[in-house]
Amino acid sequence: MVLSLLENWIKGAVLEVQEYIRLQVATVRAIFSRPFYFHDVVEQFDQIGIGSLTVVLLTGFFTGAVLALQSGITLDQFGARPFVGRLVSASMIKELGPVLTGLMLAGRIGSGIAAELGSMVVTDQINALRALGTDPVRKLVVPRVLAGFFMAPVLTVIADTVGIFGGWIIAVYQLRVASGLYWTSITEALYLQDVWMGIIKPFFLGYVIVTIGCHVGLRTKGGTQGVGRATTNAVVAASVAVIAVDFFVTRLLFTLLY
Amino acid sequence: MATNTSHRTVLERRSSNDRPAVVFDKVSLAFDENVVLRGVSFSLSPGHTKIILGASGSGKSTILKLIVGLLKPDAGQIWVHGARVDSMSENEMMKVRDHLGMVFQEGALFDSLTVAENVGYKLYEETDMPLDEVRRRVEEVLGFVRLSEYIDSMPSELSGGQRRRVAIARAMSYKPPTLLYDEATTGLDPITATTVDEEIIKLRDLENVSSIVVTHQLRDAFLVATHEAVREGEKIEIVSADPKKCDEAEFIMLKDGGVLFEGNAAELRASTDPYIRTFLS
Repeated sequence: MVLSLLENWIKGAVLEVQEYIRLQVATVRAIFSRPFYFHDVVEQFDQIGIGSLTVVLLTGFFTGAVLALQSGITLDQFGARPFVGRLVSASMIKELGPVLTGLMLAGRIGSGIAAELGSMVVTDQINALRALGTDPVRKLVVPRVLAGFFMAPVLTVIADTVGIFGGWIIAVYQLRVASGLYWTSITEALYLQDVWMGIIKPFFLGYVIVTIGCHVGLRTKGGTQGVGRATTNAVVAASVAVIAVDFFVTRLLFTLLY
Repeated sequence: MATNTSHRTVLERRSSNDRPAVVFDKVSLAFDENVVLRGVSFSLSPGHTKIILGASGSGKSTILKLIVGLLKPDAGQIWVHGARVDSMSENEMMKVRDHLGMVFQEGALFDSLTVAENVGYKLYEETDMPLDEVRRRVEEVLGFVRLSEYIDSMPSELSGGQRRRVAIARAMSYKPPTLLYDEATTGLDPITATTVDEEIIKLRDLENVSSIVVTHQLRDAFLVATHEAVREGEKIEIVSADPKKCDEAEFIMLKDGGVLFEGNAAELRASTDPYIRTFLS
């Protein structure tokens, strides 16, 4: 009984991986061949990019602010309060900016894609698309993947900028650090490799979030309950993937860049 | 030379007109242990109607999905307008789907698009037709299903019957020679169901569209099989069909994945098979 359950679980997991890889192969193939649904791509850039701006701005700002607040108190113990800018910029650009933007996108975009595609599956709209001669991968997946891949780095840079600004407000008005000192310490602590790392990682994170959302959405089964399950699964899987991919890409970039 | 070419074209057109629209040859399909279809064979002639009856889960909708290539059979051959589709790739199927229109259960309209965008979807997205021409065609088919005033509405603003008629308009917009109706009247009140049946009859008789109608609503099945559409000037009337016309509509009764009965409306009514008698009663 236990063995058969285990066997079914392993088979299910392998099938999911296989289907996920198949979707990615089909997506890459579709990106480089015709037909290409340009207006859907533009629409997704708007929905994923501009649509996520508010949440990313708020997250970035408050993360930078709280980082300055917390680190200011700790740095005080060593008499190093003026270095608060270094800590904020290094943390935001190298790690917190990409990861928190990724997590926010997983919650907003991953769930939205899974719910949208999932409800299209259970109401036969995906079958209708195919019957009308449209490949759902080209029409639905490719625009979302391109938008996720290219907009995640843009949103991350915005989150980093706003986070550093949030840190500046706390540093100047709460910790009483001179404004000039704050900005100087930010540039002093940053290396070009750090900036590259902060920009390269979101490409991977954006890609993973969107492909997971599409994969889970397109494999939705079981009516409205199934859509709810798919949405939850997409957020959980994408959030875990963001943390895991962040670790592996960081490891890789350390080897390549430093 | 020109005469030869035109002769050949006419001959090719004739042979393609005589060619069955859909052929099922000993098609079988199972999902794990559950056998859905067991050696099903039938053929649909151009301009004719095939009405597939059967209890829920008897494989009626599966037959339509196999024809459109949404599913692949485990065994047997499926031919659509002379092309063998059971072994085709998804890319190859896209061309065959130009010859098929499908009306899904509940309509399956794209809920984020307007009625006009739904109806003209294929023309907008998959052809190079100029936008004003697409709009004209959309207006034309919406007029055909008597929903012109809803052209800019969203699907959520329509009733169940209107949604099915928009789905029919979407399926006929690119003039496919064969239309497949998957439970097009299920869940509708009799009056609304009749309007949908009339659209099916009109398309078959006025546009010469071959049809496969999947249903378990006997009333609708017999209405489609025993009536025809005639144009009298500007007016279109639905009248009782003559016996020859009635013979062009064939019934298929499915049971346990196989074909239990195949014949016209009169033969179905006269059947003494206990299962069919129970189904008809």
